[in-house]
Formats: sequence, C-alpha cells, structure tokens
Amino acid sequence: MERESMQFDVVIVGGGPSGLSAAIRLKQLGLSAGKEISVCVLEKASEIGAHILSGAVIEPRSLSELFPNWAELGAPLHTPAGKDRFLYLTKKRALRLPTPPQMHNKGNFIASLGNLCRWLAEQAEELEVEVYPGFAAAEVLYDAQGVVKGVATGDMGLLEDGTEGPNFERGMELHAKQTIFAEGARGSLTKTLFERFDLRSESDPQVFGLGIKELWEVEPSNHKKGQITHTTGWPLDTKTYGGSWMYHFDDNLVSIGFVVGLNYRNPYLSPFEEMQRFKTHPAISSVFDGGKRIAYGARAISAGGFQSIPKLTFPGGMLVGDTAGFLNLPKIKGTHTAMKSGMTAAEAIFESLEDTQSISNEVTGYRQRLEGTWLWDELKKVRNIKPSFHWGLFPAMAYSAIDTYILRGRAPWTFAHKADHEGLLPAERCKPLDYPKPDGKLTFDKLSSVFLSNTNHEEGQPCHLTLKEASVAIDTNYKIFDGPEARYCPAGVYEYVEEGSGPRLQINSQNCVHCKTCDIKDPTQNINWVTPEGGGGPNYPNM
Amino acid sequence: MKILVAVKRAIDYNVKARPKADGSDVDLANVKMSMNPFDEIAVEEAIRLQEAGVASETVAVSIGPKQCQETLRTAMAMGIDRGILVSSDDEVQPLAVAKLLKSVVEKEQPELVIVGKQAIDDDSNQVGQMLAALLGWSQGTFACGVELDGSESLTVRREIDGGIQTLDLKMPAVITTDLRLNEPRYVKLPNIMKAKKKPLDVIEAGETGVDIKPRLVTLKVTEPPVREGGVKVEDVNELIEKLRNEAKVI
Amino acid sequence: MAVLVLAEHDNSELNAATLNAVTAAIEVDSEVDVLVAGEGCASVVEQAATVDGVRKVLHADAAIYANGLAENLADLVVSLSEGYSHLLTAATTTGKNVMPRVSALLDIAQISDIIGVESADTFVRPVYAGNIIATVQSTDDKKAITVRTTAFEAANAVGGAATVEVVGEASNLELSKFVGDELTKSDRPELAAADIIVSGGRGVGSSENFSIIEALADKLGAAVGASRAAVDAGYMPNDYQVGQTGKVVAPTVYIAVGISGAIQHLAGMKDSKVIVAINKDEEAPIFGVADYGLVGDLFKEVPAMVDALDG
Repeated sequence: MERESMQFDVVIVGGGPSGLSAAIRLKQLGLSAGKEISVCVLEKASEIGAHILSGAVIEPRSLSELFPNWAELGAPLHTPAGKDRFLYLTKKRALRLPTPPQMHNKGNFIASLGNLCRWLAEQAEELEVEVYPGFAAAEVLYDAQGVVKGVATGDMGLLEDGTEGPNFERGMELHAKQTIFAEGARGSLTKTLFERFDLRSESDPQVFGLGIKELWEVEPSNHKKGQITHTTGWPLDTKTYGGSWMYHFDDNLVSIGFVVGLNYRNPYLSPFEEMQRFKTHPAISSVFDGGKRIAYGARAISAGGFQSIPKLTFPGGMLVGDTAGFLNLPKIKGTHTAMKSGMTAAEAIFESLEDTQSISNEVTGYRQRLEGTWLWDELKKVRNIKPSFHWGLFPAMAYSAIDTYILRGRAPWTFAHKADHEGLLPAERCKPLDYPKPDGKLTFDKLSSVFLSNTNHEEGQPCHLTLKEASVAIDTNYKIFDGPEARYCPAGVYEYVEEGSGPRLQINSQNCVHCKTCDIKDPTQNINWVTPEGGGGPNYPNM
Repeated sequence: MKILVAVKRAIDYNVKARPKADGSDVDLANVKMSMNPFDEIAVEEAIRLQEAGVASETVAVSIGPKQCQETLRTAMAMGIDRGILVSSDDEVQPLAVAKLLKSVVEKEQPELVIVGKQAIDDDSNQVGQMLAALLGWSQGTFACGVELDGSESLTVRREIDGGIQTLDLKMPAVITTDLRLNEPRYVKLPNIMKAKKKPLDVIEAGETGVDIKPRLVTLKVTEPPVREGGVKVEDVNELIEKLRNEAKVI
Repeated sequence: MAVLVLAEHDNSELNAATLNAVTAAIEVDSEVDVLVAGEGCASVVEQAATVDGVRKVLHADAAIYANGLAENLADLVVSLSEGYSHLLTAATTTGKNVMPRVSALLDIAQISDIIGVESADTFVRPVYAGNIIATVQSTDDKKAITVRTTAFEAANAVGGAATVEVVGEASNLELSKFVGDELTKSDRPELAAADIIVSGGRGVGSSENFSIIEALADKLGAAVGASRAAVDAGYMPNDYQVGQTGKVVAPTVYIAVGISGAIQHLAGMKDSKVIVAINKDEEAPIFGVADYGLVGDLFKEVPAMVDALDG
C-alpha cells in the first residue's frame, strides 16, 4: 500500500531537549527574519517527556540562550543546586572526596528533565512547531541520489505475524529539506545512518553507560532540598566504571540513580541489582526510611565524549544531542550540551537557507559552527577522563586528578575507546555474582520496578526486539555468556525459560522501557532494537 | 441526524494513580492524561454512524479546564466535525456534568447522544443515565451494538451480567458505550493538522446557569490495603474443606 | 429514616446480589425495605420477605416492569422514595442502569459501588480501577447508592418475616421496549463476570497441559484465565489474560495455578474475595497474597482436587 506524504522544511526525529531546542531555534530565527519555516517534531512516546529520564542537575546555560526569560515563562526549574558531596564508598564506609571542579553545581538546578521537555514542547507549539507525540519514526527515506529526504512513521495496527489487523493504518512519509535526528543515545535510525554514510570512519566507537533511576517521596525529616550526592566505588568492583547520584528536590522528592559503564566484563553483572544493592549502603539507605518509591526507569547514555563524536552531517540530514554523543560524562550532564547542539544545528540550517534560499543538501556549517562554541571546548577538555577508567578505578582517579588539575584538559594525547559489546568475557572465565534478595521496602525486583514505569505496548504487535539470527540466542548468548541479556536488561524483557527440550529465550517485549541496552551490549550484536508501534513504551511522570 | 458525544480528559489508562502524601486527593501533577477510553469508543461509534450515512453531523463536548481542548482536538482528529468545551476549573461531579450536557443538548438539538459508560478515574458510571433522565429520553447503557431503524427508533444490544440484552429505544436517546462496541481507530497525522482548523467553541460553565456545586466531598484518598497472605494448607482435601466451610465460597 | 433496597430478580428468583445490598443497607439503618418490581414476581416477593433484617417488601407487579427497564423502573423508585433517606441497589448491570436515573430525577448525587459504610452520609468506594480508595461524604438529604456485592456478606436468606405491601404502577413512559435476552450458554462463564476463576501460569508448561486447568474449572463451574507469561509463551490466547494489561477481575474465588504472582498479575485480580494459590515454589510472591496456599506440584494437586470435588 502506498504511503501518504507530508512536506516540511525540517523534520526532527525525537522530542527530547536537543530536538525541541532545534525546533524552537528554527522558528525563532524564522520569526525574526520574517521567514516561514515549517518544522515538525516526531516523538515515539505517547506524549512529550514520557520517555525522558535524567538525574537531573541541569546547567541552564543553553536554556538561557534559548529563552533569556525562561524563569518568567515558567520553566520548571524550581530547586537551585545546593551542597555537593562526592563520596567514595566501601562496603561499610563512605569517604568524602574533594568534589572535582566539573562537578560543581553552583547556578544549576535540580529538576525533572521530562517536565522541562514538556515545557519546551509547549513553547515550541506556541511558535507553531508541529509536535506529534505517539508517532515513531521507523524508517529513513532516501531519494534517487541517496539523499535523506525524510522519514516514515511506523505502520499502526500490525498483527504479531506482521500482517495487517482490522485497524491497520499505513505509516506516513514526512519529507523535509533537512531531517534532524535527535533520537537520544543509540538512536535506532541513527544506527542505520552510521553504516550508510560511514559517519564513524574518523572517530572512536561510541561507548555507553546504563543509567537506572528511581524517584522517591521521602519523609520530610529526611529531605535536604538542593543536596547533591555522587558516589563511586562500592558496590562495583574497581574494574567496572560507574557510580551513583542522589538529588533532593522539589517537595520531598529524591532522585536516585546508578550508572554502570556498559563496557563491563563479567556477564553475570546486573546493573539493576547493583543499583538495588547500592541503596542499602549505610550512608544512603536512611534517606529512604519511611519513604515511598514512586517511579522507576532506565536509559542508556552516550559516554564516549569528544573522541566519539561522529561525522555530524550527511546529505539531507544531521545528528544532534545524545544520538551524536554530546554528553559531558565527568560533569555528568548532557542536557545543556544536547540543547546547544540542537540550537547550533538550527542556526546552521537557517544560515544555509539565508545563503542559497533553499537548504543545501549537506549543512556542513553545523560542525564548523559547533567547533566555535563553548560546547566544543567543554567536551575537548574532559576527553581523557572516561577512557582512563579502563585501567581501573584508582589509576583512573589518579589520572583524572592530574588531567583535571594539572593538565586542565590540555593533554597532548587522546585515549581511544573500544565498543562496549566487545568487552564481555565468556561466562566460564567469570564468577557469578550473588545479589541479595529484595526486601520490598528499600530494594525491589525487576517486575515491580517496571510496574512503576507505566510501560505499555499495544497488544499483539510484532516484537520490536528483533534477532538477526534466532539460533544465536542459545548457541552463543546462552552457551558462551550464560544469557547476559537476562541480567543487563533492567526491565525483565529477556528470560531464558527451561522447557523440556532445553532452554528457550523468551522476549517479554511488553516490558521494554526503551533503554537500548540490549542493542548496545549484545555480544554479537544480534539483537536489533526497532521502534514498536507509536505511543508504546514507558509513561514516565516527573522523570 | 446530529450526534453529540461527550469526552472526558482523564488519567491515561497506562498510568498508575497514587494519593498525594497528605491523602487529600490523587496526585496528577505531570501525569499523562488522555481521552477516557470508553469515550474514545463513543467517538468511534459516532464517526462510524456518520460514515455509514446515518449521521449528518457529529459534535464532541468536553467539560473541564482548558486542557480539555486537547481531548476535543483528538476527537476531531479521529473524525468528529466540531467541538464544544464547557470550561470550568472547578471539580464537576457526574450530576453537574449531566446538567451541563443537558444545556448543550438543548442548544444543539442532537437526536442521539453517545457517552462512555464510565470514566476510568472516578469510575462513577452515572452521566449517561442521568442525562437521559434529565432529558426524559430513553437510555441504552453498556452498548455493544447500535443499529438505527429510521429516525424514530434504534436497536441497542447491551452487555448485562451473564449475557446480552436487546432493546428498542425511542429516539432521541442516550447510548453509553461498553468495551466491545468497537475498536477505535488510530489517529492519522494529517488529520491532527486538519483537526486544528476545525471549529471549537468555548462556553463558560458559570454562564450556563447550571448549579455545578459538588454534592460529594472527598474526605480522604488512600491506597487499597495491602493484601496479607493467609494460611498454607497441607493438601487438596484441607483446601476444599476450608473453601467450603471456612470461606464458604464453593 | 429508612432504607429502600431495589431488588434484582428474574421474576422467579431473587438474585443473590440483593442479599449483599441488604447487608449494606442494614449497616446504614436498621429499617430496611425491599422493592420487588416485576411481572408475576410473587415468588420473588416471598423470598425477599424471608431475608433476615428486612422490614417490609414493596411489591409492584405490572407488565411494564417485566424486564426491569430503566426508564419506568426509575420513575417507580422515585414515586416511592419519600420517607426513605437512602436508596440502595447492588452494583450489577441492572442496578447501575437504574440508580443514576433515579438520582438525577431526585436531583441528588449518587455514590457508586460502595465497599464500606462509615456513617449514614459517609461511604468508602474504590476509584481509579481500585488503585485508590476514596472516602466520600454526601451533602444531599437523600442518598442514592450502588453496592459492590463482594464487599458485603450476603444477608441470611431465611429468618426474616417482612410484611408485604402492594404498590401500584407509576406511569408508562414508553421510551424503550424489551426485545430479548441472550444469556451466555457456553459451558464456561465469561472471565469478566465469573464467580470463580481458575487461572494458569507458565508453570502449566504447555498449551496441551491447560486441559488440567480446564478440568478443574469445569468441575467448579468456573472461568479459565491465564497469566501474561502463559499467554506470551503461547499456551493460551490473549483474551484469557488476567492482569495489568489483560482483564481486571474480582471473582469470589480466584485459583492461581503455577502463577508466580508478579505485581502485573496481582493488579488484575487482587480484589478477588478469596485467592487460592497452587505453586511448587514455596517462595513465589503469590503466596504473599493468597488466603489459602498449597505448595505442591500442580500436575499432581490439580487432578487430585478434581477427584476430591467428585467425592
């Protein structure tokens, strides 16, 4: 069946901070120049913000550039960052370390990034951006010359076997002079663009972390509004990169999260269990006495930084935000950089429109402009910190200190990354990890956690977690790595079920919170995450 | 024939409601809201009747704060011709909703009103029946099939405990929808854009002359008590004995 | 002031749901009258008169009440409502159809689906699909109420000796006409309406093995359900699924067989009156909510239960 099509000047895939900032900036520039620019934002979540998950301590630099009067306009940044603590944990003790300068938060705000995105979407709609939540961009469209000419939204109402159900609706083609991909870390369309346009030929592979977050409502007596705590060390071993955050904000809310670098080696490691175990540390647990967990979610983040920034433009489109990888890991912040990249992309597109009266095929001005911004300097300075953790925690901390305090990011060398999925060791070379049982008060199991993410996918649709080769699940993942997806998936999507004929991989795609970890960490890259029917996935409130 | 459907903006069916810490109400801050699923079925039914040539015009009405305009736009993106918002920032309980709808019906003069059988937030299951009573109209509640027989009457199949009941209703009538009446369509992208251009009138609830003061006061809301585990039995005989004589349920 | 309970019946038998409504009525006020409106429903009147705690039975016998159609029945209740502080009925499809109509005609709010009586004007009711329990107070002089039957014990069907008063018919509105009922004749009741449900989980192991579950269900006159895991594994079709993303059920008895009891499943059945769990894993979460738990192999225990029910 033929698809209908709609034409825009710019189509943006993803309604997160980078995509919305790009949309807003385009409209602002058009408005001030008296030019009509049609902009459409597609978002796979049921509403803007529903798939957004972040700590979050937000540096308002980009927001102030986008809306100097954001406070007046009612942007939901209500809790100024207070005291910073940086702790090194051993099993029983917490050692206070000096807070690295990147992690100072004066002038920043603790907030829900989901709510900030909801607010940004309102501003975008005021500026007449067409914002379409509930529609997943499922396919990149090319013209005869191989130029990206837009995207197609996924078909709706397909049955499990891929045939058309009674309510079938064919997807739409959205054509644009420029398509901005703002899908967040490990975008499913961006992934295909990397291959097609060889965007990684001059950069390192991207590396990722998995962030798992819980939102708690705590007893007023345990709430220290504005307090920011980060930890490193226990419960991870010194070979595994990761750490935690804990932010007190708004009315008795505490955001607590744990990030594990996805280059971890031991297939028995479970980031979810590490998070649960972390909460039981004596320096942490008391905050949650008498409290109530109200939300849960998980999302992979791009951690490669400067040396992993790919080629950003290609004929017909460009990459912004975390799908390109602009997160500043040592600073543990990506919102301001994501927004800045979106705004810069918009400015470059607008400039090319000024120059030629039509938007040129490949807007190379984007990268040039970006190199002249604070974003570029910021990422370049901290480029060696994350890769140094490859040596283990203590050497890395020593290196980081030297790099930060003495070299100030101007080291003449740049360390390289290795793709995360290559790091996993065969199970026989590793020790199973013994995680404690959840108590149902402070620590929980996966399914009751997923319950709090309000995740849903329309029944009976094709599974959106596809296997390139079905037999690999048992022959490789199970036999060699003892089924690591059952542990790295923070939502209980993957299960190896023992049946009479032997183990079988059960994929509970209904539970998927769209964190993309499986697509990243699967040892042979056999799992391919594609977009489910639009509107599916978590429905995060206040995350 | 004109059909009026009523649509409510309610918590999305995927989202778990939770009491505020002080127990005064349910916490809906930044929670996803959607069209009440039963009302979506009402909208779908109205559109199908229009597509079948039975209805000439379909109008959706919503009551509540200005965000209900989004709900009306969704109805219009599905295919409803125009929308009416009866605007009120105060709590509007079912009886008041029925009275406000009656005032809209008197102005719009539809021959058929279709509403969802209940909203998934307050679970009252009242408005359709109340509206029919206030108008002196017939009612076909919990409908799983609607068939118009000319302009004088309609046949409605109703989901009742233990089966299906069929009634002939004199027109005009109020229908309330049950789950199996139809499966609402997906909204198409171009139709969302078109819906933005469809007419949407706003009426202030305060200007209708209807008394909307709440009659019920919510004293507190809590989570349901956590179910406690009971006893372990040794064997099936003990189990059956307990079910028969202790619980008296089989 | 007294309470009037609208009885539900099929002109020959008093529906058991009415007994639960009577119990709720007695909690509101000791003076409880029951209205039996139907056609040729004398036997129902007799049954209602023996229900323990009922003071008086109002008997309206006329063709227009034969099928309990809402429009005429509501007018009748309104015409009899003077002298009653509360009008109650069971929250069955009949009660839910009629009572709001009565409320609107009397210009009073209705309190739907109550699960508790705090006082004569304050009631407890589930909202948000049972995820929130609200305590609400009515400011109206008269209260119209529907009662969730599983939340109240049934009143004793015998032991009462109510007087009977014949009341005349109210007007005939001629708004609706009864065409017919098709009562479900399938051997098994519908999942959503069943009094007893036997549900199987992944522990059942295969589609063929579900015959074990079905055998027990048939023995008990129960509906068959399944957990999401069983549905995802392809043992049962989707419409059998009980849980967060399936059907939400609240039968009198829910028997969970080989179901671990993830919160997603509990969300769909936690309001059941009695929960029974049969599972070989002693630590399965289902035992944390089950009133009666049997640790054992379902392939042995379930057939044994069928046999024992025979005996």
